[in-house]
Amino acid sequence: MTIFFVSAISIATVLLYGCIGEIITEKAGHLNLGIPGIMCMGTAGGCLGVSLYMGALSSPENASLILLFLISLLFSTVFAAALGGIYALLTVTLRCNQNITGLAITIFGGGATNFIMSFVDRTNFDPAGKLISSSLPFADKLGGFGKVVFGHGIYVYLAIAVAVVCSLVLNKTRVGLHLRAVGESPATADAAGINVVLYKYMAIIIGSGIAGIGGFYYIMDYIKGSWENAATIEAFGWLAIALVIFVLWKPNVAILGAFLFGACYIVAFVIPNITSTQREIIKMLPYVITIVVLVITSIRNKRENQPPASLGLNYFREER
Amino acid sequence: MEKQQTKQEQIKKEPWLRIVKRDALPVKKVILIYAIAIVASLLVSSIICSLFSSKNPLAFFTSLFTGAFGSSRRIWLLLQDTALLLGVAVALVPAFKMKFWNLGGNGQILVGCLAAIFCMFYLGGKIPDALLIPIMTVASIIAGAVWGVLPAIFKAYFGTNESLFTLMLNYIAAGLVAMFITIWVKSGSGILEPLKYGNFPKLFGSKYLLTVLVFLTLAVLMYVYLKYTKHGYEISVVGDSPNTAKYIGIDVKRVIIRTMIISGALSGIVGLFLAGGIHHTISTASANNMGFTAIMATWLASFNPLVMIGTCFFIIFISRGMVEVRGNFGFTNDSIANIVIGLVYFCVIACSFFITYRVVFRKSGAKRKKTDKAKGVD
Repeated sequence: MTIFFVSAISIATVLLYGCIGEIITEKAGHLNLGIPGIMCMGTAGGCLGVSLYMGALSSPENASLILLFLISLLFSTVFAAALGGIYALLTVTLRCNQNITGLAITIFGGGATNFIMSFVDRTNFDPAGKLISSSLPFADKLGGFGKVVFGHGIYVYLAIAVAVVCSLVLNKTRVGLHLRAVGESPATADAAGINVVLYKYMAIIIGSGIAGIGGFYYIMDYIKGSWENAATIEAFGWLAIALVIFVLWKPNVAILGAFLFGACYIVAFVIPNITSTQREIIKMLPYVITIVVLVITSIRNKRENQPPASLGLNYFREER
Repeated sequence: MEKQQTKQEQIKKEPWLRIVKRDALPVKKVILIYAIAIVASLLVSSIICSLFSSKNPLAFFTSLFTGAFGSSRRIWLLLQDTALLLGVAVALVPAFKMKFWNLGGNGQILVGCLAAIFCMFYLGGKIPDALLIPIMTVASIIAGAVWGVLPAIFKAYFGTNESLFTLMLNYIAAGLVAMFITIWVKSGSGILEPLKYGNFPKLFGSKYLLTVLVFLTLAVLMYVYLKYTKHGYEISVVGDSPNTAKYIGIDVKRVIIRTMIISGALSGIVGLFLAGGIHHTISTASANNMGFTAIMATWLASFNPLVMIGTCFFIIFISRGMVEVRGNFGFTNDSIANIVIGLVYFCVIACSFFITYRVVFRKSGAKRKKTDKAKGVD
């Protein structure tokens, strides 16, 4: 049971990063379908940072958690934000179709990640992965409860912190108010003197940076530095986009929603004594639940549960 | 006095550059802009590829062409892949013309493929192929149509977001395939051996020709359907403005559902060809991401099925050519193809900006006076 909760929280963390990133982007009125590619890119960047850092050390035992954490965080956010920057340039400045641009970003991001990862030196990923996922020292002493609450790497707690901060900024600050205004009605925001283009750029780039951490976390912390290809992370990216709708664009609800998705995702692997056929059926659960939630929210049609009004539409000031 | 002057200066100071929407460009110029974008993106790709290996950028282009056209088998494969992608693009185009974001092409292909394989697995050898193939065809079309119509029903009646609905159906389709493979493959290897029965016959001795002919025909039929029939007219009105459609008495719900049945069924046919004509087996990756690639093809062709023949051919040309580039340049994995294709997409998407908008620079002081005088402003 403990292992189930621990794994569910891990998967939830991956989804939470992606989801928060996409919420910020969507609040600015941009449906970024490039999130899967951007999460891949964050993975590539973070892994590159880790391999550079581990390579510079005389032996992997000398690695310090703080430095490893900061370097990987910096690299993964910068790489992901760079790809987000391309998306922003294409959709905000050049006003290209958001869905098409997003798909192109995903195709490019997946390819670029596989390409970069084929060059990255992964010899020291195992100790690095162990270090980054190392939990608080007293977690083991507290039994099952301690393992579930304190037994995670630093990135898990960062994800929750990011979600809480994001929720506060969106709902309690002027910046958040302006951002929501930009997403609901850019023309009104523009007339009120808000710099629409700046807000859109910042939201997309910051959101992409946050999403990128999710992919890196999955590779380095959850599967401890082993790497096959970008397809798994892309699947998480799509789920994260679905999660945004599941949690109705609310970052604080996203913490719970991500856990639920994580639990659905992991449940197929931890139930003992089931056939592989039954396992495959359970693995479809998160997707079925997403569809059910999509349908229910659209039927209930409450005003506060709707997506930002101008989601998916580009803003051109001179248009009527 | 001073205040007034600064105010005047502020009014004079317009932004350094601004963006203006332009009227429709002539077709020749549009093609020219796209051509520049494609050439530019390929140049950048060739430089990137040569940076990561010792080859010169020119070898990139020769590899690209030999990879695509090097032998008669390669040309046939190029044509077959083009036809398949065209098939998916033809399936998606009515949905997109209706502004229904069908991102579920992959899933619709996969269930079509699964339905055909299902028939091949359980009926193969028990009934003659002449009977089996029609049954497969019907099964694939129904499966694809069901997968397409599910999101359409909810979209029509409740306004459910169709892009996420279809996206999730992709994964459910992949899950179904994985599930059936666990039932069919007792060894647990997860790989279904190619099935012997229900394989499509060769046409004039070529196993590629049938696929090419079928999807070319479908493209032409779709062009006619969209351009010259009442259904096609209804689709474009619903896409442009659902309110106008309601006003002139079009049943929007019916059009959405009907169009998605067609869209899903056509995707199912692509799955049928993957099962019966090409692979004779299935895996969760059978759709080969064509559902997404085809979206690019339809969008680049601005939803014209005949132009799509060209865009599909171009996309497949790049991806097949890149196989050769990858071998010649010594890249260990095939991801370089996705990078190049991504770059081409970026450039082509970006250049659509220059087709709808133009950039106007602020005129310098001297020029402004001249034009002001010409206009009679002092």
